[in-house]
Amino acid sequence: MTTPDTIDQIFVITKHWLLGYVPAPLQPIASAILSVLPVMGVFPLLFAITTVLERKGLGRIQNRYGPNRVGPAGFWQPAADGIKSLTKEDVVPRNADQIVHFLAPIVLVIASFIVYAVLPIGRNMVITDLNSGLLYFFAVGSMVELSVFMAGWSSHSKYSLLGAMRATAQMISYEIPLVLAAVVVIMATGSLSTVTIVNAQTGYTMGFPHWFVFTPWGFAGFILFMIAATAESNRSPFDLPEGESEIIAGYYIEYSGFKFALFFLGEYLGMFATSGLAITLFLGGWAAPFSFLTWIPSYFWFFAKLLVIIGVFIWVRGTLPRLRQDQLMGFAWKFMLPMTLLNVFVAAAWHFLPTGIIRWAVCTALLVIPFIVFSMGLKQNKKLQVRTYRFAE
Amino acid sequence: MSIVFFILAALTITGTAAAMALRNAVHCILALTLGFVGLAALYLQLGAQFVGFTQIMVYIGAVAILAVFAIMMTRSAGPHPQPAFSRTWRTGTLIAVIVFAVLAYAISHTTLAPATLPQPEVTVNQIGDTLMHQYALPLEILGLLLTAALIGAVIVAMPAKQEAPQ
Amino acid sequence: MFGSGVLKGMAETARNFLGSYVDKDRLTTVQYPEEHAPRIEASRNFPFLVYDGPDPMAGLRCVSCFICEKECPPKCIIIEKSTDKKPDAVGKPQAYPVKFNIDVSVCMSCQICVEVCPFDAIKMDVDFEQTATSRFDALLRTKQQLAKSNEYYHQIHPTEAAAVDAELAAARAKAAAPKPAPAVAAAKPATPAPTSAAMASPVATAPPTAAPPAPPTALSSRPEAACRSGETRSATTEASPTPDAPAPPAKETASE
Repeated sequence: MTTPDTIDQIFVITKHWLLGYVPAPLQPIASAILSVLPVMGVFPLLFAITTVLERKGLGRIQNRYGPNRVGPAGFWQPAADGIKSLTKEDVVPRNADQIVHFLAPIVLVIASFIVYAVLPIGRNMVITDLNSGLLYFFAVGSMVELSVFMAGWSSHSKYSLLGAMRATAQMISYEIPLVLAAVVVIMATGSLSTVTIVNAQTGYTMGFPHWFVFTPWGFAGFILFMIAATAESNRSPFDLPEGESEIIAGYYIEYSGFKFALFFLGEYLGMFATSGLAITLFLGGWAAPFSFLTWIPSYFWFFAKLLVIIGVFIWVRGTLPRLRQDQLMGFAWKFMLPMTLLNVFVAAAWHFLPTGIIRWAVCTALLVIPFIVFSMGLKQNKKLQVRTYRFAE
Repeated sequence: MSIVFFILAALTITGTAAAMALRNAVHCILALTLGFVGLAALYLQLGAQFVGFTQIMVYIGAVAILAVFAIMMTRSAGPHPQPAFSRTWRTGTLIAVIVFAVLAYAISHTTLAPATLPQPEVTVNQIGDTLMHQYALPLEILGLLLTAALIGAVIVAMPAKQEAPQ
Repeated sequence: MFGSGVLKGMAETARNFLGSYVDKDRLTTVQYPEEHAPRIEASRNFPFLVYDGPDPMAGLRCVSCFICEKECPPKCIIIEKSTDKKPDAVGKPQAYPVKFNIDVSVCMSCQICVEVCPFDAIKMDVDFEQTATSRFDALLRTKQQLAKSNEYYHQIHPTEAAAVDAELAAARAKAAAPKPAPAVAAAKPATPAPTSAAMASPVATAPPTAAPPAPPTALSSRPEAACRSGETRSATTEASPTPDAPAPPAKETASE
């Protein structure tokens, strides 16, 4: 029933074993390095796997094969892409602000990497258990906007500036629902520490886990969080900042070669980090989905959940068309914000209502009825019809 | 006074000084951001996690982004042919010297607590408790003020009601 | 309800995703280097020179009249005319191209050379694999590389080639009936006058390859054939094509 501790804790034990060989005064630094290096290795590797999975998945959704040339079934494609981007000429526009242009991808990648410091990817496997870990996550996440602006402004191109404006506006707008959707979990656990939040979800009732997603407010919060996370990581259908059809590639249009690859990496790392946070907050982190599956190591569950969420991201990307800017903003301020605020209220109600079926009924009703009213109200203003083109025909 | 402190202090001072000295508005904002980061790191070094992260979130995530947005909107990012010193630099220097003198006097005449004082373990929970119990009313008033400001901003931004077309 | 459309779309894409693994017919991709998509008859890519008979160099229909070289918008055709006249496949003395080069990297596949050619000597190929490993000489296609047989033309553009053959056969029949050369001009009244001397060649050299069908049916089967005379006329009567381009062939040849 219980996990063989050696397998579950193998990385922790290895780290301590390695630390034994380090002289005592250097141990804090060595410990930090030993914690950070695996994360810096694993997540870029996951990025490589995700790119090929995404291209294959999107291909299949569009009834194509996807990449299938490099290596078995095309799985060495990321290696080929990496070599290509490394050997490409690094073009910097003459009018660009050279220093800022150079710093932008670095800031993005650093900001994307350091958020992993508070993600618990397994039992006892977190780089630092900060007292205010969630705050740290969102604070560092807000630095991404700055790097996007740096890239867009320094390129001295109107397309990149437009892309940067779109990206910043979008990120500011969706950061509020993102944080508010996470607040419900903080209310439930009374802690900002990611480790405490996961520990609060590790119990089981009749074999079923205590994940927050299995409560009305948790489910709504999870959905809202994922929508906001999609927008925050500039993924389809919220990929206006890089809308190919109108502003070519948005803020990183003037980047080539390895810097472009860094932007790509930063974007995906951001997506993994927000997905990892969603797992931590709502899907029980590294906890197994059923009590009889707890013998499987905790880090396996974390990455399994992460891959599932990435799969959903790819699926959504293959399905939905890009939003228009006014639709994007309207969605953020007229739907996401009220719903997240309502969700905060529902979470408080859940906290104070007595345990039982009444609590479930009341909270579900509190969420579903406004949702239906919202959707009716939003539909009323819109005349949904087949669009007629005046000039195209 | 560890070496970390000196590095962070140098970072903060360099950032803020560059924010004053640089000619390009965007460079100024980026340098100021560096100063904010240094300040936040100083808070963190002092064990004030909440303040440090809030510093990053508010000043980088909101203030710097707001300034950046204003620049992108107004296209005034190019270098301006202004002199490096403003016309009122004498007054400014005088004020700066006076402020510095007052602060230096105050610091030198204060008996500092011994450095061996144990660091107070202020957790986020305690801050939350204090805000919600002891300072509940100021918090509510602040919230009301911000809400009023928000509504005001929305009203200012609303498109003016057009006269009915003839 | 809000979001139901999203779920419907997600279901559709999921069906596509899973279906592509089950049902191979869904996949429209052709695994290119190993397998080729069926060639489309109407496609065109790069010009080639048609020859009749067994010998590619002797049977070239081209008489190096320079019309295509002058009309070519990107100027990718380079022709060098022979000083002597050598007997062509039929035995009639004709000028022939000593050099006929087309630069692949410059050609824009506009088909104008084909439209202006009065001798049906240059046609469009469907072969799109025109890559080369060198930037310079390999991309310059010579006469030897460009020459392709009339049978090949029949193979890639059957209806068009049949119509061309029919037209040539009709012209040859007309030319065969009255012996004097000027009567040939009546076969194609729109063709430029100075080339009418050379006009005798395609008429005479049209080989007895594929037995040409009756002209009316061939013309009705191919709409391009109907507008052919119009095309040749426009090539000769057009006053000013582009500012930097040389004078249209009609004017220049008339001044000679």
